[in-house]
Amino acid sequence: MASAPLLAESRVLTLADPLPLDGGQRLAGVRLAYETYGTLKADRSNAILICHALTGDQHVASPHPITGKPGWWVRMVGPGKPIDTNRFFVICANVLGSCMGSTGPASEGPDGKPWAMRFPVITIRDMVRAQVALLDALGIERVHAVVGGSMGGMQVLSFAANFPDRCAAALVLAATARHSAQNIAFHEVGRQAIMADPQWRGGDYYGAGGKGPEKGLAVARMAAHITYISEAGLTEKFGRNLQDRAAKTFGFDADFQVESYLRYQGLSFTDRFDANSYLYITRAMDYFDLAEEHGGRLADAFAASRARFCLVSFDTDWLYPTVESRTIAHALNAAGCPVSFMELSAPFGHDSFLLEVPALDRVVAGFLR
Amino acid sequence: MKLRPDLAIIADHIPPGSSVLDVGCGDGELLSALRDKGCDARGMELDPHNVALCVGRGLSVIQGDADSDLAFYPDKSLDYAVLSQTLQTTKRPDLVLDELLRVGRKAIVSFPNFAHWRVRLSLLWGGRMPVTRLLPVAWYETPNIHHLTIADFRAHLAERGIRVEQAWFLKGDRLTSAAAANFRAEHAVFLLSR
Repeated sequence: MASAPLLAESRVLTLADPLPLDGGQRLAGVRLAYETYGTLKADRSNAILICHALTGDQHVASPHPITGKPGWWVRMVGPGKPIDTNRFFVICANVLGSCMGSTGPASEGPDGKPWAMRFPVITIRDMVRAQVALLDALGIERVHAVVGGSMGGMQVLSFAANFPDRCAAALVLAATARHSAQNIAFHEVGRQAIMADPQWRGGDYYGAGGKGPEKGLAVARMAAHITYISEAGLTEKFGRNLQDRAAKTFGFDADFQVESYLRYQGLSFTDRFDANSYLYITRAMDYFDLAEEHGGRLADAFAASRARFCLVSFDTDWLYPTVESRTIAHALNAAGCPVSFMELSAPFGHDSFLLEVPALDRVVAGFLR
Repeated sequence: MKLRPDLAIIADHIPPGSSVLDVGCGDGELLSALRDKGCDARGMELDPHNVALCVGRGLSVIQGDADSDLAFYPDKSLDYAVLSQTLQTTKRPDLVLDELLRVGRKAIVSFPNFAHWRVRLSLLWGGRMPVTRLLPVAWYETPNIHHLTIADFRAHLAERGIRVEQAWFLKGDRLTSAAAANFRAEHAVFLLSR
């Protein structure tokens, strides 16, 4: 069975009821695109909800429909993998505000035109409300575990805090309970790059010959990508090596391999992501402060929780460094929740949760069993 | 699997249903035994490899340092705070002991006795730092940076007004009497309160 291709079910759910948002609005007709893997047991006890990161999508273990690349977490999710689809029914939905089939700024608004910047500002908790609405529609009262890295981890924390009866376990990888000034600062660079692109047109670029603010979005991605990797990783991969040339050109072409790499990362990103979605989702992450939502004390966020928690950080992650996970672990301890926390050693920076870290595989498999 | 003798004493003594923090829990040997008898047992461990092993066994363990991370636990939030074979590895054993008795209603501390006659003999005749069954590592790579004796520990407890509720002294896996324990015991386990 392990060699058989993974069967994924792609579906789109339209929520029957308007989704209440933290901003005060109620969003009607919300669509959620999601994938499932494995089989739901008759007693519906074996569901695992995976929450994806900022630019991720529902194609956790199936090929991306635009790029054709394998799913973003194939090394973790599948038959016999740490998140074993022979045992678990795995659900992953494109988050609210994104652009892979779920409702976001590129979707049609009530007047039939794209929402663009008229789309309401959303929060991580709004994304989680949408995830819970999906579970409701699937008839799943309580998931075996909710799992996510980076922004996915923020959703896991928000899920466990706001819907304490809906999960038995919460696995949070390379995440934080609130965005720091530095996190917000990097996101603001990205947003300003998008909005400074003349093609952005105040967000109304849909249908304008298909050319959105691609340059701005590429620069945003380049800046963000640097924060996902470690200095040591960049040095090891590129050093000061030159790109297909023997000497510097005394110009502003991509002389260095690292420049060429970043330009490629930026450009290829624009093929698969909507610039306005990038604005909205980064805003949601910046607004995230789980303690603030619960009277200023993080431990209080988990007062009603009875889930088991596991938090993992990586020693080379400077975006959401270990201290953030440790803070959450101590808050969970103070709240009396069963919690495990560890910092794993991996060379890949923030992106380590997506990459080859055998110790992480063991922890994920062990925690979910 | 048979528990290490000091851990067996600790596991026997902690009643089912107790909340326990095992500081320096290693690969979770004691935690597993406590969980099996129905305790709410958590761990703290410095080595991430050991933490991962514990998580794989379904235990709740936080990677942390006894010297600094007990500060995050509320006062008297646990029935028992356990420190087995770890006191002599901490930077400030006195402060760690205070913290154990702050977060736990009771503390259980076990440590190898540096005044055991074999250790004394090794120093007296060989003039060398002892390498024994309980202290198997040479001086330059031992994690044990604050060796102590049973007499040292008793004196410290008296000085700090810490009450000894019960004490066990071990020679190998057998209990030995409190009389001349500082000479005859390889290992001591103290149940403490304040």
